[in-house]
Amino acid sequence: MAARALKGTSIFNIVALAFGLAFLYLPIVILVIYSFNASRLVTVWGGWSTRWYGELLSDRAMLDAAWMSLRVGVASATLATVLGTMAALALSRGDRFAGRSLFSGMLYAPLVMPEVITGLSLLLLFVAVDASRGFWTVTIAHTTLTMCFVTVVVQSRLNGLDRSLEEAAMDLGCAPARAFFAVTLPMILPAIVAGWMLAFTLSLDDLVIASFTTGPGAATLPIRIYSEVRLGVKPEINAICTIIVALVALAIMVASLAAKLSSDRARTPAPL
Amino acid sequence: MAAGSSARKLFSRPARIAAISPYVWMVLFFAVPFLFVLKISLSQTAIAQPPYMPVFDLGKPGALSQAFAMLSADNFRLLLSDNLYVLSYLRSVYVAVVSTLILLVIGYPVAYGMARLPQRLQPVAMMLVIIPFWTSFLIRIYAWINVLQRDGLLNDVLTALHLVSAPVVWLSTDSAMYLGIVYSYFPFMILPLYATLSKQDMTLLEAAADLGCSRRQAFWLVTFPMSLQGVAAGALLCFIPIVGEFVIPDLLAGSEKLMIGQTLWLEFFTNRDWPVASAIAVVLLVLLVVPLVIYDRLQRRQLEEAR
Repeated sequence: MAARALKGTSIFNIVALAFGLAFLYLPIVILVIYSFNASRLVTVWGGWSTRWYGELLSDRAMLDAAWMSLRVGVASATLATVLGTMAALALSRGDRFAGRSLFSGMLYAPLVMPEVITGLSLLLLFVAVDASRGFWTVTIAHTTLTMCFVTVVVQSRLNGLDRSLEEAAMDLGCAPARAFFAVTLPMILPAIVAGWMLAFTLSLDDLVIASFTTGPGAATLPIRIYSEVRLGVKPEINAICTIIVALVALAIMVASLAAKLSSDRARTPAPL
Repeated sequence: MAAGSSARKLFSRPARIAAISPYVWMVLFFAVPFLFVLKISLSQTAIAQPPYMPVFDLGKPGALSQAFAMLSADNFRLLLSDNLYVLSYLRSVYVAVVSTLILLVIGYPVAYGMARLPQRLQPVAMMLVIIPFWTSFLIRIYAWINVLQRDGLLNDVLTALHLVSAPVVWLSTDSAMYLGIVYSYFPFMILPLYATLSKQDMTLLEAAADLGCSRRQAFWLVTFPMSLQGVAAGALLCFIPIVGEFVIPDLLAGSEKLMIGQTLWLEFFTNRDWPVASAIAVVLLVLLVVPLVIYDRLQRRQLEEAR
């Protein structure tokens, strides 16, 4: 059956997949190639050069924005991972507490809520309590936005987990907390790492919510890039975008390698 | 922490606090802020910092009645009376519907192709679809500006192939905007579709074939109806955020017709009219309540099934 299905659909499938992937990747490849263009005219190819990367290093405002984005990304991803993991545990292991459906509804709402609404509402909160806007307000906003992504990733891992292991640990006399740290946590660790990376890249990426919640002099990288992009295509912007793409690609490789290693390790000592 | 079947021994105090903290966070930073939006939307614009009239000051005697007296629906009346806002809402919904339909038509065959790949290739295909989603949204839109600009690659290719004689204007058009939206939301459509399609029981198709169905009939009678939950999830996951989209129309579409996210942004950042911006947000939220509730139902059903 599998062979027949494969033979009958493979040409159509391969064409559809190839088109889809070309559509997804081609623009990014072009962006990367043009970041190495020696010509200032972005449309004329003037030979290979790393000139624009050098110019980036002297762009003080861009570097400050990148530093701000990295700090916000690390802080908010860490907060979101801790909170999101706890939420996933509560949803998948907790019993039906009062307001459970309201809880999960509220938790997942930022996933689809238009960013202009989330951004505006958080800003009005910060103004109402007279918080000074900058690093912390953006961090809180990004934590709120990204927590649900961590929850989704961790919860799907928790749901696929063999729960009898936890129960065995507890039957063997482990306190629940110890069973969690000795059995559950190591098993969901790859999902937690993946959740952190996802939260970090989402924070690094966000323009709208950061624009609303940041204050003067605390622009994040997307805010800075956006103000440049509005004025048109520039080779420096291609260069900074290429750096970000490279960093993200590296992070994905590390994450998938870590996930593979941990799943290999999990498999080996189980010759049941 | 709390393990379902053995919950009796699990609800220790630290575990309970841990379970409740994300809940507290979301109430504080997601639910409560909406109340502020509602409050400001009912207040009046002022040239001050912050730029709205205070609605209530509970410290004073009689503050509450005074507060109610000061509430005003002027901002909402403005939204209804000025064509600019009504047209923005209509355009947003229209753009979201059209984009979602395009995404479905393109996304379904790709998701179907992925789900029918040999088992060992499926995770690879999945990764390939997700990776661009990890790179910045803004960068991906910027990448398209590179391709679509007047002297960009698309015009070069079209001219070289003699398909057009003069460069076509792509930027600042609706086509560019739709392209950008479809591109950005592609994974959001594919993933739920793939999730339902890959779970499908292949023996059902075999049964259909044994009963004399052609492959096409089997698809329309078995596969497609069974994937409707994924279709609905993918469509809502795209439709809802697209209605409020700001960056893509701002960078790729022309500036004569605005989507509601752009109008809100303009009122807030350019006109500094916070009360009107809040009123726009309230109306937008009301428009989205029904799709949001349906999406929440679907999402929960899926998670409960997986539990």
